Amino acid sequence: MEEIKSQQSKGEAPVLKELVIQGSTYYTTFTRKYLRRQNWVKPDKKKVISFIPGTIRQVLVKPGENVKTDDKLLIIEAMKMMNTIQAPMTGKIKTVFVKEGDCLPKGTILVEFE
Amino acid sequence: MALKKQIQELHKRREEVQMGGGEKAIEKQEAMGKMTARNRIHALLDKDSFQEYDMFVQHEARDFDMAKKVLHGDGVVIGTGNITGQPVCIFAQDFTVAGGSLGLMHSRKIVKIMEHALKMKVPLIGINDSGGARIQEGVNSLAGYGEIFFRNTLNSGVIPQISVILGPCAGGAVYSPALTDYVFVVENISKMFITGPEVIKTVLGEEISMEDLGGARVHSEITGNAHFFAENEQDCFKQIKKLLSFVPANNDRKAVKQKPKPPKPEYRIGEIVPDDASLPYDVRDVIRAVVDDSDFFEIQENWAGNLVIGYGRMNGETCGFVCNQPLVLAGVLDVDSSDKAARFIRYCDAFNIPIITLVDLPGYLPGVDQEHAGVIRHGAKILYAYSEATVPKLTVILRKAYGGGYIAMGSRHLRADFVFAWPTAEVAVMGPEGAANIIFRKEITEAENPEEMRQQKVREYKEKFANPYVAAAKGYIDSVIAPEETRNILLHAIEVSVDKAVSLPRKKHGIPPF
Repeated sequence: MEEIKSQQSKGEAPVLKELVIQGSTYYTTFTRKYLRRQNWVKPDKKKVISFIPGTIRQVLVKPGENVKTDDKLLIIEAMKMMNTIQAPMTGKIKTVFVKEGDCLPKGTILVEFE
Repeated sequence: MALKKQIQELHKRREEVQMGGGEKAIEKQEAMGKMTARNRIHALLDKDSFQEYDMFVQHEARDFDMAKKVLHGDGVVIGTGNITGQPVCIFAQDFTVAGGSLGLMHSRKIVKIMEHALKMKVPLIGINDSGGARIQEGVNSLAGYGEIFFRNTLNSGVIPQISVILGPCAGGAVYSPALTDYVFVVENISKMFITGPEVIKTVLGEEISMEDLGGARVHSEITGNAHFFAENEQDCFKQIKKLLSFVPANNDRKAVKQKPKPPKPEYRIGEIVPDDASLPYDVRDVIRAVVDDSDFFEIQENWAGNLVIGYGRMNGETCGFVCNQPLVLAGVLDVDSSDKAARFIRYCDAFNIPIITLVDLPGYLPGVDQEHAGVIRHGAKILYAYSEATVPKLTVILRKAYGGGYIAMGSRHLRADFVFAWPTAEVAVMGPEGAANIIFRKEITEAENPEEMRQQKVREYKEKFANPYVAAAKGYIDSVIAPEETRNILLHAIEVSVDKAVSLPRKKHGIPPF
């Protein structure tokens, strides 16, 4: 790999990485933000994830219980509001990962269906 | 004799106010590596040019025992002065007085100087150093913020508005800087956030320092909220002076012309861009090879580095540069670089600054994160900004100009006044590899040796389309030029565009894809 000639000659020559765009490979540097990007994963309907940071106030289901779509699963207090988490599907609860009083960030797994 | 006494009384009162929150509070301020509000103003403005107003303003709060409290100047200093001979309006919050908290009279002083700046059409500089709303004044302090935001919006596009964050700036207070044109931050001193580390800790249990949450580096590298980063306050003031030398005082004027100077000889324009389109270079070297004295003043240097923006002079006249940077992420357009370019183009357009675009990009950054972050909506901002801009628009295609990126980067189709291309330019619907794979899919898959066939087709496509002459034959490029001819032809283009006049359809305002 040829070193890039900067006429500015400020600091060391940057370390170049490969980036493919429309079939062509380019030699370039990456930004901190680009390096920190997260890979996308397909959402799993069986996993109920918190959509807002907050505190669990009530757990309304137990493992093994059968629930229908839109049944109440949990109450989470966030932004001074009591938010209801509803079942996204009809099915049997496999695991409840949280208990009353838990303080959680956004994106935490709360309940999993069988 | 009475007059003498009265004058003595005046001096005594002035001195008292100038002590702000008193010796102890000043010591504390200086221990944090911060200057006091008045010292900051004196350091920034021309010597002895500052005139202070509303020095004897007092708050009128009565609740929570506030009546007993004397807050000198109500925690903010306002006035007028000069920067390199040009008049400016300025306010500086005084952290030594009640933590620079914003009460009603404090906000009225800021509003007064903001209105003055708009009337007199001079730049407004705000030095922010405040703990936030003065809680004791309740809804009055909220009203104060609202009045400031409203005037920031009115002033926008009429006069340059500069925010200097020299202390905490939290909660609603951050929205005044966000509404202004340029935000300056200083390492270890500037802190900006909507909700601070303590709230985040109590609600989420997430522990983060103020610096990591909303320090100077975060806003210069991650969020893009800040435009200029400095290591200390003195350095920050130097940057502000330099910025003001490039921009006009208001939207009826042009920037003050400086003495023309040739670029420095060490920037050899013909030796910067590699022939191989996959190899990078620093586009700022090309800018430096073109502008007066090789002096390029970059904006948002550390954020969205794949696109470079900033000011340089052409024969003494300020021009705004918008350039793809192959050195970072191959110079692609993405969410952040689109936002960066579009806002700068609109700034140049509002303040009569010709725009010079240097093009070398492979297209848009691929990725789920980009698509889901709304790269469609963000990318559209560039198209909107270029199309709407009526200042002289000059474009030079240095190397790659593929697909949507070609259209977006100041193309003829968005009404560039002049489009030039170097002989190395490749103007095509997409890169040779991608195009050959699609057009010759059948030939390639059916060939005895598909890889060999692919290579051959890529070569064919390259020869036929990866050049500036196809676009030049259609008049989309006005002239194919040697790199060495770039400065002269740009100078000529600026000269003939000096009285450019185009009008847009009558409307109240457009609806840009914010």
